[in-house]
Amino acid sequence: MTELLTFSIDEVVPDRVAVLQNQGIPAKRRLSPAIETLYARAIQLLTEVAAPVGVLSEISISEFEVVYRGEGQNEPTTPVGDILGRAENLAVFAVTLGERVSRRINECFQSDDPALAAMLDCAASAAADKLAESAQGRFESVLTRAGRATPGTAVLRYSPGYCGWHISGQKTLFEFLRPQQIGICLTKSFLMQPLKSVSGVLIAGPKEIHSFQMSYPFCIKCETRGCRERIRALLAD
Amino acid sequence: MGILADISGNVLSGDDRNVAELTHKAIEQGLLPKRILDAGLIAGMDVVGKRFKAHDIFLPEVLMAAKAMYAGMNELRPLLQKEGIPSAGKVVLGTIQGDLHDIGKNLVGIMLKGAGLEVIDLGNDVPPERFVETAKDRHASVIGMSALLTTTMPAMADVVDCVKSQGLGHKIKTIVGGAPVSDEFAHRIGADAYGFDAASAVERVKNLVGRNEDETVA
Repeated sequence: MTELLTFSIDEVVPDRVAVLQNQGIPAKRRLSPAIETLYARAIQLLTEVAAPVGVLSEISISEFEVVYRGEGQNEPTTPVGDILGRAENLAVFAVTLGERVSRRINECFQSDDPALAAMLDCAASAAADKLAESAQGRFESVLTRAGRATPGTAVLRYSPGYCGWHISGQKTLFEFLRPQQIGICLTKSFLMQPLKSVSGVLIAGPKEIHSFQMSYPFCIKCETRGCRERIRALLAD
Repeated sequence: MGILADISGNVLSGDDRNVAELTHKAIEQGLLPKRILDAGLIAGMDVVGKRFKAHDIFLPEVLMAAKAMYAGMNELRPLLQKEGIPSAGKVVLGTIQGDLHDIGKNLVGIMLKGAGLEVIDLGNDVPPERFVETAKDRHASVIGMSALLTTTMPAMADVVDCVKSQGLGHKIKTIVGGAPVSDEFAHRIGADAYGFDAASAVERVKNLVGRNEDETVA
C-alpha cells in the first residue's frame, strides 16, 4: 500500500510551546507584546506559504532491513535494530511543508528582518514535526481500519540521522519510497530539499517495544533527548 | 552622555525607528561617529549579549535589537567610511560544502555585526578553498564555518588544513559550530575555536580577533 497524503492547514499550524521552545523560550515565560506580534506574524506567514504533502508506503520487515542497513554505516546496536524483531507492521514515510517556506525564510533574512526569519524558521520546524505526527496518525488509522491494530498497538516514527541510524540511510529509504513524487529530493550529502521535510519509518507494535533506555553509546552525545518525551507520552496513553 | 544612553536603551528594546532618529540626532549634535558607534550602538548590543547569556532575554529580543542596531549603523556608515574607521575585525562566514542549512550561520553573522565586526557571508554549500581565498583577498582574520550534517563536517578539516598548509595560521583563525559539531571535533581537526551556540561563537570570535591583533603587534 502506498498512499499520497494531503493535509489541511490546521494540521500544519504548530503547537505554540513547541515554536517558543525552538527559540529557547521557556514554556511559561510571559512574552512581550513585540514577541507576541512576531509570533502571530510568523504563524500567519506559515499558513500562507506552507503546501503540506506526504507519502506513506507499507514495507515488510525484510524489505525494511535492507533499507535500514543502507550504506552499512549504522551504529552496531540501535533502538530500531532492537525493536524491529518485535514490530508487527511497518511503513516508510516522507512529509514536507514545501519549498516556499524555505524561500520565505530566506526572504525575511534578506530584507533585514532576522527576528521574523528566525521565528518563521522555528515555526516551520515545529510544523514539519507536527506533519510527521499526522503521518503517524494516518498509518494508525490504516491499521485500525484493516483490523491490524489492537488497543495496545502503538506507532512511533524513527528517522535517519538519529539514534544510531546513519543519515546515509536516507539513500535507500528514498530508493524505496521515491518521495521525489511529492517534490522532496536528496542531495549528495543526504540532505532533504525542501529543508522542512521529515522522513523515516513508522513502526507499529505493542507500545512496550518502543520503550528503551538511553544506554546506547551514542546517547551520551545526544542533545535533543526527544526520545524521552515521546516514550513518556506513549506509555502514559 | 544622555543621548548615547538613549541609543543603547533603544537598541536593547529593539526600537529601530528610535535608534535611527537618535543616531541622526547625535550626529547633528556633533558627536564623533566612532563614539556614537562604540558608546551607543555597540554598548547597547553588549548589554543584549550579557542578558541573553544570563537567559534574561531570548533569541527574538536579540534579533530585534540587532535590527535596531543596523538602523543606527545605516546612519553612521557613510561617516565611518569617510573617516576610514575600520571595523572591529573581519570574519568570513559560511555553511560548509554539501550543507544548505544557514539559520545558525545567519544568526551568528547578525550577532557578529552587532558586535561591530564586518561579516563576509559566503552563504551555504561553500567549498573549502573559497573560505580561504576569500579570507586572504578580503584580509579577514577569522573563518567561521557551520555544519548541520555529520556528512559535511570533514570539509571543515579541509579548510583548517588549507589555512595551515599555506602558512596562514598566525593570520587567519578558524572557528567551527553547528549541531553535530563538538569541542572535541574542533580540537581534533585543529580549529582554533568551537562555538557551542551563537552567543558563545561571538565571544570566541572576539577573542580570536584580539589574538590576531596581538600576534600582528608582536
